[in-house]
Amino acid sequence: MGNGYWEHYSHRADMGVRGFGPTREDAFAQAALAMTAVVVDPKRITPKDSVEIVCEEDDDEMLFWYWLSGLLFEMGMRNMVFARFEVQPIEGGLRALAWGESVDTARHEPAVEVKAATFADLEVSRNKKGVWMAQCVVDV
Amino acid sequence: MYAEKLTRKSDCQWSIAPFGSMRVPVTVFADRELLKGMDDQVYRQAANVAALPGVVGASYTMPDAHWGYGFPIGGVAGFDARRGGIISAGGVGFDIACGVRALRTGLSYDDIERCKDQLATLLAKRIPAGVGSRGKLELSPSEMDDMLRGGAHWAVSRGYGTQVDLTRIEQGGQMNEARPRHVSDRAKQRQTNQVGTLGSGNHYLEVQRISAVYDEAIAQAFGLALGEVVVSIHCGSRGLGHQIGTDFLPRMVKAAQREGLDLPEKELACAPIQSDLGKQYFGAMNAGINCAVANRQVLTHLVRQVFADLPPGGDLQLIYDVSHNTCKVEEHVVEGKPTKLHVHRKGATRAFGPGHPDLPDEFQASGQPVLIGGTMGTSSYILAGTQRGMELSLGSCCHGAGRAMSRKKATKRWHGKDVVHHLASKGIVIRGASLRGIAEEAPGAYKDVTVVVDATEKAGLARKVARLEPMICVKG
Repeated sequence: MGNGYWEHYSHRADMGVRGFGPTREDAFAQAALAMTAVVVDPKRITPKDSVEIVCEEDDDEMLFWYWLSGLLFEMGMRNMVFARFEVQPIEGGLRALAWGESVDTARHEPAVEVKAATFADLEVSRNKKGVWMAQCVVDV
Repeated sequence: MYAEKLTRKSDCQWSIAPFGSMRVPVTVFADRELLKGMDDQVYRQAANVAALPGVVGASYTMPDAHWGYGFPIGGVAGFDARRGGIISAGGVGFDIACGVRALRTGLSYDDIERCKDQLATLLAKRIPAGVGSRGKLELSPSEMDDMLRGGAHWAVSRGYGTQVDLTRIEQGGQMNEARPRHVSDRAKQRQTNQVGTLGSGNHYLEVQRISAVYDEAIAQAFGLALGEVVVSIHCGSRGLGHQIGTDFLPRMVKAAQREGLDLPEKELACAPIQSDLGKQYFGAMNAGINCAVANRQVLTHLVRQVFADLPPGGDLQLIYDVSHNTCKVEEHVVEGKPTKLHVHRKGATRAFGPGHPDLPDEFQASGQPVLIGGTMGTSSYILAGTQRGMELSLGSCCHGAGRAMSRKKATKRWHGKDVVHHLASKGIVIRGASLRGIAEEAPGAYKDVTVVVDATEKAGLARKVARLEPMICVKG
């Protein structure tokens, strides 16, 4: 889905999530998918309901951290998992729609809860080819 | 680079002398085998902690220490408010007061063997566990504040447990410094129906048999006898604690910048203890501790109900309840004088020695019971705090086996079904909602808890009292 791709990387006790994309927002969306994949296989999620998340922050890295933290709040509060993300830049931040559904333990077989996005390895950057990357370690 | 700077103090105690911006040394408690497996990042993170304002004595790492964020997991440090000391949200972590409690059952190994599968099934059915699980309690906003102020007292006042339970919890199960007004609405919303839930990841509920007793006198004081069965619960402050950490970390990053603190890692985010932000975090974090002990108290009630509904029955009495991720105000001897310190323990257990005023009468001679969780396939241990530990490590010791392998590597190496079958062949019944979750928690992904506990004892931080072997494990 979307533009770009995501991956996990190893951290001793926890998990690193990383997203790549042609824009900063695409990289953020892919990293969110990587975070979902820590919990559940995203292919098992039907993106039928949406939740709006707005984050205001000038610094790219802190904005990314607020984005993942905001998403975790919605996951915990609504007992939902999300598999599709539409992230748009706004003045001083971002506005996003996260699409997903309520957790169905039998169908989703969730492995582990993500407690929080951390500042460990927190990085948002753009390479020479113009590809954006966003990453951090999440606490599980 | 840091490992080269280690100097030997004893077989299980090593030191890195202050250099660069370090204000105090790093003290590493580990034997040579554990040192070999310890990442240089552990020493680097401990050295970073040793550079924070107001740090006193040393920056300590326990034998199960591993690379964390900001502070190492298994890191302990005390800060003196009068010397400009700081309090750090990163030094406590996201799962505030994640901890362990153990209950003796009065039942024997044979009593449980006869109903093991039935008991495992009933526990898995009645104890809300895993991602998306919800507790039966739904707290109104005013009741949420009562819970955050009252901790385990709140739970007992609502019928979840007994007054005797409260004497077997650190600080009597209630942190008086808790200030619910400093806990955000978002944190409270996340907790609305999470009281009485186990959580996921490394959280568990285990039924264990006592397979060895090392110190008869202390075992007797703790009510432990060879062959008897114990129930252990490992969980924390759930969504509320996670959100408190998330709320305060960015605020502390900004505060540290304002203070002109050069933090090598953002996760070292902190504020002076005496500052408004420092005080607000302390009040919120204490509310998080109360939330965790209330949670374990409600879970205890659910476990007691399960045992009451099965033929062997049993009389489940709390042995003790310890919290791992905390910052507590404690009096320690610094340069020969009793001094109040804000002691951060991140993935470490308080282990007060005999005679400490915080301990109930029955543990005055023995020292505090210290509960060390293993993995679902290996031993757990019950230790006792020592006077030597008070002097060496601010009354602190290890908290568990400590991970040796990442979750990603664990799922590549093992499949959940194989782990369940292998453990079944050893007589251990596993119940868990997720096979991937079980693979991530495979016993081989952890250090050998026996090596960790032996090093802890050799270092003098605590003494071994009893070993426990799992019979049933309900994974979160």
